[in-house]
Amino acid sequence: MELLIALLGGTLRISTPILLAALGETIIERAGILNLGIEGTLLLSAFSGFVVAQLSGSLWLGLGAAVLTGVLLGLLMGFLSVTLKLNQHVAGLGITLLASGLALYAFRLLYGGSSTPPALEGSFTQFQPLHGTPLGPLFRQYGLTYLALLLVPLTGWLLTRTAFGLRLRAVGENPEAADIAGVNVAAVRYRALALGGALMGLAGAFLSLAQLGAFAHGMVSGRGWVAIALVIFGHWQPSKVLGGALLFGFLQALQLRLQAEGVNLPYEALLALPYLVTILILALTGRNTAYPKALLKPYYREGA
Amino acid sequence: MTQAAPLIRLEGVTKRFGPLLANDAVSLSFYEGEVLALLGENGAGKSTLSKILFGMVKIDEGQMFVSGQPVRFRSPADAIAHGVGFVSQHFSLVPTFTVAENVVLGREGSAVLTRGKLERRVGNLSERFGLGLEPGQLVGELSVGEQQRVEILKALCGRCRLLILDEPTAVLTPQDTARFFGVLRTLQEQGVSVVIITHKLGEVMAISQRVAVLRLGRLVGERVTHETSEAELAHLMVGRDTAQVTRPARSAPATAPTKVTPLLRVADLHYSDRGRTRIGGVSFDLHAGEVVGIAGVAGNGQSELVAVLTGMLKPDAGVVALSGEQVADFTPNTFLARGVGRIPEDRFRGIVGELSVAENLLLEQLSSFTRAGHLDRRALKRKAETMITAYGIKARPNDRARTLSGGNVQKIILARALARDPKVVIAAQPTRGLDVGATAYVQGKLLEQAARGAGVLLVSDDLDEILRLSDRILVMFRGGLSGSFSAGEADADTLGLRMAGRAEPEEAHVPA
Repeated sequence: MELLIALLGGTLRISTPILLAALGETIIERAGILNLGIEGTLLLSAFSGFVVAQLSGSLWLGLGAAVLTGVLLGLLMGFLSVTLKLNQHVAGLGITLLASGLALYAFRLLYGGSSTPPALEGSFTQFQPLHGTPLGPLFRQYGLTYLALLLVPLTGWLLTRTAFGLRLRAVGENPEAADIAGVNVAAVRYRALALGGALMGLAGAFLSLAQLGAFAHGMVSGRGWVAIALVIFGHWQPSKVLGGALLFGFLQALQLRLQAEGVNLPYEALLALPYLVTILILALTGRNTAYPKALLKPYYREGA
Repeated sequence: MTQAAPLIRLEGVTKRFGPLLANDAVSLSFYEGEVLALLGENGAGKSTLSKILFGMVKIDEGQMFVSGQPVRFRSPADAIAHGVGFVSQHFSLVPTFTVAENVVLGREGSAVLTRGKLERRVGNLSERFGLGLEPGQLVGELSVGEQQRVEILKALCGRCRLLILDEPTAVLTPQDTARFFGVLRTLQEQGVSVVIITHKLGEVMAISQRVAVLRLGRLVGERVTHETSEAELAHLMVGRDTAQVTRPARSAPATAPTKVTPLLRVADLHYSDRGRTRIGGVSFDLHAGEVVGIAGVAGNGQSELVAVLTGMLKPDAGVVALSGEQVADFTPNTFLARGVGRIPEDRFRGIVGELSVAENLLLEQLSSFTRAGHLDRRALKRKAETMITAYGIKARPNDRARTLSGGNVQKIILARALARDPKVVIAAQPTRGLDVGATAYVQGKLLEQAARGAGVLLVSDDLDEILRLSDRILVMFRGGLSGSFSAGEADADTLGLRMAGRAEPEEAHVPA
């Protein structure tokens, strides 16, 4: 029982950045944009959050910087894919390459080639509401984890119960219909990208300001790509995306535990386990028709 | 008609697209409570004019007035704000949204949406105009006629005073059309000004009070409907007198082809796609010298039937036999080799835009112009030139096919399909979107094929075309055949009922 609770606590912690990133990607994809810049956005916002926190001594300023980074990269994606109407795959991958390169380059400039990355003096601490009770380890979480869980129903509400969400989904399903109804398609897409980017920024901040308290090159390690897979797995619905994120987090926590227990398996196999299961589930859920119908399609007004 | 001040007035409106003059100094007024028909052939400038009214196209020269005030629409939002609504031929609906969500999109009224309140609001409006829509239903589940009413409701919700309808009856069954006319009358009673864009003369006479005829971008005539005639309008529209193509009166199928092997036999054909039945047990024969028409509302399995009969789809069950020989291998090559000529539904997918006219013309027989893997371009060009002359294609052999007009593209496809004297011609929507001249040409060619002894299968959404060309008419409904008639036995009304899946009007009232 104790073991299970520890495992679930780990699950929530590990799920947090992936959940935040996947919710951001969900919002963006529901507006018809596939943002492959997600992986680079996570790294650069983790970095900018770290640098600002370190230089200013304020974790909150760092958090703000990370969110701002996410928003700006979202707007850049908007400029490339909405204004210039470039291929979204190319634009997104370009942003990932640019943002990753920028983060690593600036890291070198600021901290030289030191092999031991500088750490923050103090990182975000965890809440411990039920400390001392058996459930304590489950609830001992960072504030961002609670925020991420709260954002699941909030995102769902935004998408289905507000005028903004209605317009956003219309733009992602049939931008022409939205345009004819007087909705500014480009503006809605930019807003979705900024909002989604902010959530990705939070995810990056979680990595460097909370979980690790430091910055390292490989710290994102494919979480952005996993988030994209989870959006597909979750049928573009926040609640199902949560399910996917928790499953992935659980497998990750489990494999860490198995490694620690010294299970007689090569550790590479254990490392690969969550990813393999992700691929397997995606393959098994089969062809998915729930995707936003205007995904990947730049909008051209006819005759304009 | 009491001519009060016009709701909207266009003065000297001109619009160019590059060298093309789409609208040339058009001046026209629109009045409250009046149905105005905007009549013209394809390319006459009707669509451009309607897009100008709806702010989708900007005016190059001229002025537009709403209630006497000069206005300039920069986007549909501007037009909507001035009370203009537009129902396009291609519906702009979000299929995954409910009726209510589609209707309020863009004018939600509040940042947070309350589903119940929205649905009540939309439900009330639907009732007021007699549209009979269920606000909570998903639009993707509605019939075409219902979707059109959703579009109308959308426009009305925007408090529109001028409603533009682009080819509103093109996709409707005759029964849906009757209902649609009823809706129009309600709109008119409520003081809405309606503009109908169409090229169907019968429709103009039936519902409009005034007609404006466009030709080559110019307004060539304005008439009060009850003071004009179809003949006069047709003359104005085309600029010359037209003769419609009709099948030659033939002695009834006295040559009862019971013993003759049919050129094409389809028996109990089945095809389903991802669990949905597209073709469910279709059987018919096509004989030499015969035109068999397949009528139906789009999406009832006609496209799939054509795909199977040209080797693009493999049926799940059933037999297709060409001249008595059963087809085992469903590939386009098999059908080509066995003498099936095809005129595909989407003509722009039937050509390769980047290839030349000559290459497109001879795409299906390139192997006969190939020597040791080398294409004999000169022979290709010579052959293409004879085809271009024979079919009156307005292009040179080396022009890129994508630069051609729809009518000329269709002529390329005709020339290609008919070049090898096919035994069976499968023609899917052969005149869709073509103007009167090109339509007559294509229909004449199809009848020529039948006269030559080929069997022609004509699949068309245009009931009129089916009625005029076919010796026999089959009606497709939900993947099956819901009716079979010989020429002269059927009229638009009976076919319309079959297209809607009803055998007789009375049947609807028979208690189960």
